[in-house]
Amino acid sequence: MTTVAIARYGAGNVRSVELAVRRLGAEVVDDLEAADLAILPGVGSARSAMDGLGDAADVLRVRHAEGRAILGICLGLQLALDESEEDGGVAGLGLVPGRAVRLESERVPRIGWATVDPGGEAYWFAHSYEAVTDATVATSEGHAAIVESGAFTGVQFHPEKSGAAGLRFLDRCLSRA
Amino acid sequence: MPLPRLIPCLDVAGGRVVKGVRFRELRDVGDPVELGAAYSDGGADELVFLDIAATVETKEAAVDVAARVAEHVTIPFTFGGGIRSVDDATALLEAGADKISVNSAALARPELIEELARSLGTQAVVVAIDTEGGRVRSHAATRDAARDTVEWAKECEARGAGELLVTSIDRDGTQDGYDLEQLAALRDAVSLPVIASGGAGNARHVADALEVSQAALLASILHEDPARLVTLRDELRELGVPLR
Repeated sequence: MTTVAIARYGAGNVRSVELAVRRLGAEVVDDLEAADLAILPGVGSARSAMDGLGDAADVLRVRHAEGRAILGICLGLQLALDESEEDGGVAGLGLVPGRAVRLESERVPRIGWATVDPGGEAYWFAHSYEAVTDATVATSEGHAAIVESGAFTGVQFHPEKSGAAGLRFLDRCLSRA
Repeated sequence: MPLPRLIPCLDVAGGRVVKGVRFRELRDVGDPVELGAAYSDGGADELVFLDIAATVETKEAAVDVAARVAEHVTIPFTFGGGIRSVDDATALLEAGADKISVNSAALARPELIEELARSLGTQAVVVAIDTEGGRVRSHAATRDAARDTVEWAKECEARGAGELLVTSIDRDGTQDGYDLEQLAALRDAVSLPVIASGGAGNARHVADALEVSQAALLASILHEDPARLVTLRDELRELGVPLR
């Protein structure tokens, strides 16, 4: 059985992520170092999230250096970058070269279901910042939607809230881990 | 822009979905989890649960409903009704809700919007505005809040709201169509997503609302019947509305 550990930093809708991976048959464990997949969830603001991560930040850096799977969701993707311009500038984990910048979109926050290409599947987004990185492998309306760097995968959308399509995406992450 | 959203609204009280006339004569119409899951299967883009009793006793029941919905529904949902503090809101998000909605409490103390946005993130904070003749109503629309609707919408945005849920009290329950003029004024005044509410009687009304808003809240038009959502989606597609 695939084991999953979720990085907890106070904020974030951890329960929905936990319920989703359990639904897919994975076991949720506490050990961020040993789990097959580490998930960095994300809801909230960049500064409070980085402050809340504490020691988990180094555990994630080591995991990444060792090429072991990490999935960053929404803010979790943005935290993996070098920096974010949110909250007047916040240093990120530096797992993926790039930065998070204020979203330029007709309506901000950008909330709702939007298609991700390649693939053409629609997922649910809710964000005010976006990742700018060369590691982008899929986009949604011109915004980074999926980022891959080594064993790190980051998604701007919420697979745990994207119905059947989201569960299929999470299932692929679990089977790769 | 993300796709236009259809958002069924379920009124809850004491852990059940209820239907009533002007908050009286409440009738039990089902289990929030079963109905929510059926709407999700029927193609709902999100769900809204409104605790219409919103008393101290129902607060715990509301968190319990949010927790049970999260276990069975894998689309986003918003919880509103009786939220007066960051603690109230946090309990609902930790249970699995994605957004919370505030109305009278934000009118009474607008700083609440800032506190919620700082703690939960802007995208989780919906401000519900009940409007009649361009003026804001409070306390389940029973009182005049002494505020202009457009000015209040701008203030909500400035204070960190992530979305506005705008109910036209003039139209609510009439099935005569949404207040498109008010919705267009709000679209021009703020850059937040707006959820239109109040007045939907047919697919054309919903399609018109989605021209000026990012989402449509569906209440009486569905009659608590998930099968109606399926036919409504078909009708909207025929009218050229790009749905998920």
